[in-house]
Amino acid sequence: MTTSDLIVVGTGVLIASACALLGVFLVLRRMAMMADAISHAILPGIVVGYWLAHGPDLLSGFLGAAAAGIICVAAVEALQSSRRVGGQAAIGIVFPAMFAFGTFLVSRFFADVHLDTDAVLYGNIEFAAQDYLVVGGTVFGPQPLYVMGAMLLMNLLFVGIFFKELKIATFDPGLAAALGFSPVAIHYALMTVMSITTVGAFSAVGAILVVALMIVPAATAYLLTDRLSTMIGLAVLAGALSAITGFVLAVALNASVAGAIASMTGVYFGLALLFSPLHGLVARARRLRRQQLRLAAESLVIHLANHEGDEAESAVAHLSEELRWSADFAQRAVRTAERQGLIERQGSHLILTASGRSAVRTLRST
Amino acid sequence: MIFSDLLFDYTLRNVALGSALLGIVSGVLGSFAVLRKQGLLGDALSHAALPGICLAFLLTGTRAILVLLLGAAITGWIGALLLIRIVRDTRIDEDAALGIVLSTFFGFGIVLLTFISKRNDANQAGLDRYLFGQAAALREENVVTMAILGAVALCVVFLFYKEFKLATFDPEFAASLGFATGRLNVLLTSLIVIAVVIGLQTVGVVLMAAMLVGPAVAARQWTDRLGVMLLLSSFFGATAGVAGAMVSVTQARLPTGPMVILSLTLIVVVSILFAPRHGLIVDRVRRWRLAGARS
Repeated sequence: MTTSDLIVVGTGVLIASACALLGVFLVLRRMAMMADAISHAILPGIVVGYWLAHGPDLLSGFLGAAAAGIICVAAVEALQSSRRVGGQAAIGIVFPAMFAFGTFLVSRFFADVHLDTDAVLYGNIEFAAQDYLVVGGTVFGPQPLYVMGAMLLMNLLFVGIFFKELKIATFDPGLAAALGFSPVAIHYALMTVMSITTVGAFSAVGAILVVALMIVPAATAYLLTDRLSTMIGLAVLAGALSAITGFVLAVALNASVAGAIASMTGVYFGLALLFSPLHGLVARARRLRRQQLRLAAESLVIHLANHEGDEAESAVAHLSEELRWSADFAQRAVRTAERQGLIERQGSHLILTASGRSAVRTLRST
Repeated sequence: MIFSDLLFDYTLRNVALGSALLGIVSGVLGSFAVLRKQGLLGDALSHAALPGICLAFLLTGTRAILVLLLGAAITGWIGALLLIRIVRDTRIDEDAALGIVLSTFFGFGIVLLTFISKRNDANQAGLDRYLFGQAAALREENVVTMAILGAVALCVVFLFYKEFKLATFDPEFAASLGFATGRLNVLLTSLIVIAVVIGLQTVGVVLMAAMLVGPAVAARQWTDRLGVMLLLSSFFGATAGVAGAMVSVTQARLPTGPMVILSLTLIVVVSILFAPRHGLIVDRVRRWRLAGARS
């Protein structure tokens, strides 16, 4: 790995961590698509900043983009509160309009210069190492590292200082209001910090990766834990891991780094979706199956109790007919009941054990 | 002059027909999406179509439009099913699920797109026009393909109109009457995938979301009846589509997608402000008069 590779990966890890910190709250507050909206809506702001500064300039691009982000949030809220347009539709009106205006400006007036529409979508983190921070003639090393380091620091401070407030406002807005800090203020603070982070990450990784890194690692963590602090840690970890493995994938395929990082966030999410012991699909299916078998074992002992002494009713082969179970399911239900010590096999028949009888009494009394 | 060009100029005629078709189909299907409060569904599905286009090209090596659109439809549909599954079976809400499908599928699409373009394959040129759309590249057979797809989608809406209407406005009642609301949901989502596929060439994956939301939101301001809303919505969609495409084709260096969306935004803003019953300005005037009458 060369130095410039390290710088690219380092930038990626910084962006991923900064985004994941905020993403956790976006996902928990069910407003993940605001990340999508803001990341697209800042484009015209960046273009106007570019135009005002006669070229790429960090500060003016930053101010323009932050202004555009705030306009987007305000416009969405205005539409939603006018009650003419529903929640998702309001977002779906505002950000495409702003993004379309931005691309119109880019393709009309800046088509041959530094800005181009593809970079808007997937950035150019590949060149992170060639973009130096120069102050008063002194070169201070790669600029993206500084910018994203500052973003990460800002977000760490924000989440660290307001952790309790964010937590209460997210899980119990009523309590937050009762305790005297306004959930609305927390909402706007979060949106502002998010806009700034998006702007910082935008030039490096484009609109789409910002969305991927804000939402996907946080959602991955949400499937893995029920504790907020653990969730934040896991989200940062998933994001950083995506940045590293995504870079490796991109180099192997000679493809876009941002795209590969976004793809890797999806891979980790897919793994958590399937295999999370807590909320994964496999664990869920297994839990359902166990529940089904437990219920089946209960119906089995009740059935046996109802027909005690009747040889024909207690035959294993008879069960599938009587309780309308498949032969396979009947076998498994019998095994489950056996394991729980509720029944015993006696030749091809089943009889209740003492604990089976007491289980029947409990079931009947409830 | 423009009118005779529309009729006789090959490119302009295809562009106008193609974008009008797109507007009609997405106007109708977008209305259902918006009324069901799924305004951003199209955003996720259109982004999910990108890897499909690239995979279809990588696997077959052709740029035949039907093959690429089939690929787009397949990954778009996979994205849709994944979305429904995540929302149904996990505690992740719809907003996050949309963002997940959108960004990861699109990210993967970008990986494929850059992978293809760096292989120096002479044939690859032009896949990236699916990002922002390029109506000028529409040819007659593309328009025919779009027309067939659109006709199929509209026929299905016509056949299931009552079911869709009920499932949209009162899903619980629909379920209690024995309609398979889950299956209706999948059917409607699949139709939206078709609308997205139709829009890929003209508007592109990035801005397709607005094509499904805008006409419906504008139409909603003018009427409270579903049938009227569908007609108005497709009219607005077609108008924006044709206007945007015309500007983009006749002016140099303007991608079609953004121009269509800007025309559409104009229609939406005018509708929200000036529509006779729900318009904000009319509303303001009415309140002002009411206040005047009271005092």
